[in-house]
Amino acid sequence: MFRLGKTTLVAATVLAMASPVAAQETVKMGALATLEGAFTVLGEDSMRGVYMALEEFNYTAGGKKIELITGSSDASPDSAIRATRKLVEQDGVQVMVGPLSGSEGLAVKDYAKTQPNVTFLNGSSAAQDTTLRDPADNFFRFGTEGAQWMAGLGEYVYKEKGYRKLAVLAEDYSFPYTQVFGFLEPFCRLGGKAPADARFWVPIGNKDYSSVIAALPDDVDAIYVALGGADAVNFLTQYEQTGGELPLIGGSITVDQTVLGSKGRTRDFVVGTPSAGPISDTWDDSRWAGFVAAYKKQFPDGFPSPSLFAHAYYVNTKAALLALDTVDGNLSDGGKAYRAALAALEFETPTGMVKLDERRNAVADIFLTEVAEGPDGNLLNKTIKVIPQVSQTLGLSYDEFLKYGAVSRENPVCE
Amino acid sequence: MGDSGAGGMRQFVERHTFWAIIILLAAAVLLWMIFAVWPEWLISAIGRKKTFVNTLLNGVTLGGLYFLVASGFTLVFGLMRNVNLAHGSLYLLGAYIGYEVAEASGNWFLGLAVAFLAMAASGVLMQVLIFRRMEGDDLRQTLVTIAISIIAADLMLAVWTGTTYQFAPPEWLFGATTLPIVSVVKASGDPVFIKYPIYRLTVLGVALTVGIGLWLFLNRTKIGMMIRAGVNDRQMLSASGVNVQLLFALVFAIGAGLAGFAGVVGGTALSIAPGEDIRYLLASLIVVIVGGLGSVTGAAIGALLIGLAEQFGLAYFPTYGVVLTFLIMVVVLAVRPQGLMGEG
Repeated sequence: MFRLGKTTLVAATVLAMASPVAAQETVKMGALATLEGAFTVLGEDSMRGVYMALEEFNYTAGGKKIELITGSSDASPDSAIRATRKLVEQDGVQVMVGPLSGSEGLAVKDYAKTQPNVTFLNGSSAAQDTTLRDPADNFFRFGTEGAQWMAGLGEYVYKEKGYRKLAVLAEDYSFPYTQVFGFLEPFCRLGGKAPADARFWVPIGNKDYSSVIAALPDDVDAIYVALGGADAVNFLTQYEQTGGELPLIGGSITVDQTVLGSKGRTRDFVVGTPSAGPISDTWDDSRWAGFVAAYKKQFPDGFPSPSLFAHAYYVNTKAALLALDTVDGNLSDGGKAYRAALAALEFETPTGMVKLDERRNAVADIFLTEVAEGPDGNLLNKTIKVIPQVSQTLGLSYDEFLKYGAVSRENPVCE
Repeated sequence: MGDSGAGGMRQFVERHTFWAIIILLAAAVLLWMIFAVWPEWLISAIGRKKTFVNTLLNGVTLGGLYFLVASGFTLVFGLMRNVNLAHGSLYLLGAYIGYEVAEASGNWFLGLAVAFLAMAASGVLMQVLIFRRMEGDDLRQTLVTIAISIIAADLMLAVWTGTTYQFAPPEWLFGATTLPIVSVVKASGDPVFIKYPIYRLTVLGVALTVGIGLWLFLNRTKIGMMIRAGVNDRQMLSASGVNVQLLFALVFAIGAGLAGFAGVVGGTALSIAPGEDIRYLLASLIVVIVGGLGSVTGAAIGALLIGLAEQFGLAYFPTYGVVLTFLIMVVVLAVRPQGLMGEG
């Protein structure tokens, strides 16, 4: 034990002597996304977002060179923790961007509490409790989360589409719970129904949806689908193949570019599917148009239009760099001043202004969209409406919002 | 492997009369559940008939797909005692190559053929260049196959990225067909028939054809006879003058080719993406553990069981459905560790 202690001490001294020199020149930044498993293609686009932000800053912020170290997970919380630990404890990153998926975010938030001197910025993980309940002081989320992304969709399908009773098909983890909650809460308050026996929860990476499709009830007006990546592609193809006729309502990542841009049969039957999320492919705004143009230029083999993952990672990486500029790249106090700068940061993103609430979760604009065919035959999400500055508590006070209870398979009940 | 049909059946009925009656009764109930119009009490007990029949068909067709993958796996193991953990990589690589060819030529069947041939060739290469050098050293071979699968997965990710690919099968294979099975009779008296995707029925047909073909090959040809002899006693076979190396290469070619073939068939039914290699490897492992390592009949039974378990789990209790598959594996391992058709 004593020997071990001594070795560690020596190692620490060596590191301590070496670090001032290194600290003057570079800041080590870690980026973590799912480059394996069912969400691989989402992870790849996420990394494009990171590279875009770094490129924009020419890999320099606050007078320091940024050294990027990437890590990969497979959407499971333990793989995210493994990769994060490696980046923080072995590579010694001072700023960390990621992870991608909901339950990964919850795990990394808990890990962040054990590393108070490292600053964590979320990637695109969008589970509610990453910031709502028991947040970590050094975890920031400049992209919004799953329930915020659904803002306006529940009212829209109830009032405009006239849907009254829905079936729900979603993956079985924290992010779809958050989305289903955000979507159903207003829908059911208006009088809509989505009973528990019409909700289907499938594991991530499920390929064969034919039996779930067979079990979908006939007496509903539409199906709300919250699946991502390969899961969504599989479901949509098989639903078409079985001659499914019910209209769909999409979760934020179900009909976005990671799905619409996949190789193979074009899924024309999803045209007209309403959805909502932090971006809209066709938003008529110079900030968004500039972002899309930069994306296409930097990644000619990327998607026809950046996905919300590229957007979320871009926004969070950019926030990390902007705050580094504010503190002149000085992280010598364990990042305290840096985190204060992040908390106070407000900036223009490709989708409008973003700022943080007191639990370090973003308040930003949300887009209500509908799938449409683009000019060159690509499927795109066309903007129907912009819902300005949606907060995590959806306009309520924090205490009032907590009364809704934690997101789960049965929240809201909606019978 | 080769109980001939009618005689074996009579023997079974004589020896296990009780079980024979149970099996017959179960088959009768199943047939009734498929073809009869369900009474109200049954619907309130287990849900709509449409769900049940569709799930049953899905289970059987998925079982067909699993059989295509697992039959090659079990064939290779049976003869060479080589647990080829790169089998899933052959599946995925076959699918990607098939996709490229089908896209370039516009002919899905050409993609299927090239996938089979390309994987058969790489199977031969693996056998000749790698496994032959460490013959009889089972553990080393297995570890090498793990290494190959990891390297192959990363190379494929580099070439084909993480995007999900989907085949465009010929137009006449796409869409759904109406089966002569009534799901409900409407209040007006009109029967509603059950619809089912044509492609999935095709998968089942292909699996049956391959299964029967393999059975004929193993039981009715001279090479098949040699393979069976090799499964029982390799040394004796080579002592009797058979070129065992050539036989090994041939079996490896068939096994790997079937994996590539299944890649295109399965990639069209579902989709191809990174991670599929592990999924089908795992499915093959479970199938052969349940069915018995080395037995093609066992692979068929195992694939059917696992396919049905997965689909019924997904339809009736989606959240905990995965457990069912592993439960079957646990029960088989506890009661009959050599697998249902494995030899003691």
